[in-house]
Amino acid sequence: MEGIINTENLIFEYSIYDENGDETGKNRVLENITLDIKEGGFVAVLGHNGSGKSTLAKHFNGILLPTEGKVLIDGIDSTDESRIYDIRQTVGMVFQNPDNQIVATIVEEDVAFALENLGVEPKEIRRRVDEALKIVDMYHYREHAPHQLSGGQKQRIAIAGIIAMRPRCIVMDEPTAMLDPKGRKEIMATIKALNKEHGITVILITHYMEEAAQADRVIVIDKGKILLDDVPKKIFSEVELLKSVGLDVPQATELMYDLRKSGVDAPSDIIDVDECAEFLFRLLSDKEQK
Amino acid sequence: MNVIELKNVSYKYSAGTPFEHTAVDNVSLEIKKGEFCGIIGHTGSGKSTLIQHFNGLIKPTSGEVLVEGKNIWSKEVNIKDIRFKVGLVFQYSEHQLFEETVYKDIAYGPKNMGLDKDEIDKRVRQAAEDMGIREELLERSPFDLSGGQKRRVALAGVMAMKPEILILDEPAAGLDPVGREKVLTKIKEYHEKYGTTILLVSHSMEDIVKYSKTVLVMNKGKVFCHDDTDNVFSRQEEILGIGLDVPQITKIVIKLRELGIDLGNDIYTIDRAKERILNYLR
Repeated sequence: MEGIINTENLIFEYSIYDENGDETGKNRVLENITLDIKEGGFVAVLGHNGSGKSTLAKHFNGILLPTEGKVLIDGIDSTDESRIYDIRQTVGMVFQNPDNQIVATIVEEDVAFALENLGVEPKEIRRRVDEALKIVDMYHYREHAPHQLSGGQKQRIAIAGIIAMRPRCIVMDEPTAMLDPKGRKEIMATIKALNKEHGITVILITHYMEEAAQADRVIVIDKGKILLDDVPKKIFSEVELLKSVGLDVPQATELMYDLRKSGVDAPSDIIDVDECAEFLFRLLSDKEQK
Repeated sequence: MNVIELKNVSYKYSAGTPFEHTAVDNVSLEIKKGEFCGIIGHTGSGKSTLIQHFNGLIKPTSGEVLVEGKNIWSKEVNIKDIRFKVGLVFQYSEHQLFEETVYKDIAYGPKNMGLDKDEIDKRVRQAAEDMGIREELLERSPFDLSGGQKRRVALAGVMAMKPEILILDEPAAGLDPVGREKVLTKIKEYHEKYGTTILLVSHSMEDIVKYSKTVLVMNKGKVFCHDDTDNVFSRQEEILGIGLDVPQITKIVIKLRELGIDLGNDIYTIDRAKERILNYLR
């Protein structure tokens, strides 16, 4: 029980009502989820639309509360209303659409927004805002208006606003879904810097297999249950299982899978471009020598 | 026959002010009838501004836009007819759903065309079927549907107007892999069934190579190239050079070439990569 986030037999359901407002049934979204997220980790959560992955993420900082079971954030029960500020300060959340998360008309004012509301000293606010903007590499834009920035830049501003609160963990719910390839790369670089250089625990909810492949641990959610929970190499070796639940694998992994089906002895644990090219190079140059 | 033709089209935002910005810079291009053309270009390349010229949503600062051979800004053309002829579906089109039922939402466009009730009914049902929306969903609220279903309802609403040309801005953005494939497959089937000219704007190179026969690449307000998909993607290095992405499988082939083995410069699908590797091993 030392994880920064623990869930124990977490169940979440909501009621369905008819036109007259009478309850007609319940829809169970999460079914008995027990998880232990270690501090300092980079965890990706995969699942198709409607799998329950966003619902699960919303339990990680008390936006949603369990119907049954427990969620502990740094040991604090998420149902403890008196500790909700501690919970939110420990675990910050970044959402899909950057435009919905930006409130101010100047970048640095936006990043300072939460700190001002928490009543942090002005000097300290200045320090933290500058630091946060430097971490996401947006310090040069501190006096710009957010609407003049690209999607990737706006999303980095939203992340800076969270970092300024000094959370130990950041949950990102499809932060790259609305961005172009360049913006997506920027966000992934930011996520890695937060995790590796600043030791912040990152939980990344995503649809992109290439992004999940960069995490230390991948949790696959299907029909509200944990289907797989392992290192990326092990997860993506389950090509058929992933496809059966509406997910994909990186193209590198799929190529290896297809080659195996054609009788080539190709490994099942290749998930990125470099490893794949190196394997092919060995395979094809061996052939030349024979 | 060219269904769309642009002659020396330029578009400047805030023309004549210190904020003047040329988004489309002297572009001439031709789109053939029945073409399925992917449009790519990074953010700010001018592709969104460009596509808004095709149905007269914006008027070029200079140059001519021709639809089926007629200048759409000339006096004898009614711009409203152009909007019916050229359907434009924006990004996150499901945000534009507003009616009480799926049926009414799809019927909104045809109703505004002044069609009679029977024709509207026929078109709504046909468009729903084409987009894979089951009949029992027609009386439901569009807001009760899944993200992928909503997206397909929004598309059906435009298809029910039977446009000659359909422009789709990121129709699969934000959907999961199954949702993406379903939307794009339905669009492809629609194209094959009716021969409608399709212009598909996407950031996903994997999707572009899978569905488009031709590709138009925009860069800095100009057409970088417009050619068959094969010819465009054989210029991988140049495409990467202008800040665009290529499919992961292409990156693997490029890396392998750097290591000293060349499988060819026309590989952008897994099937083709596999075929080349197996041939090499034979």
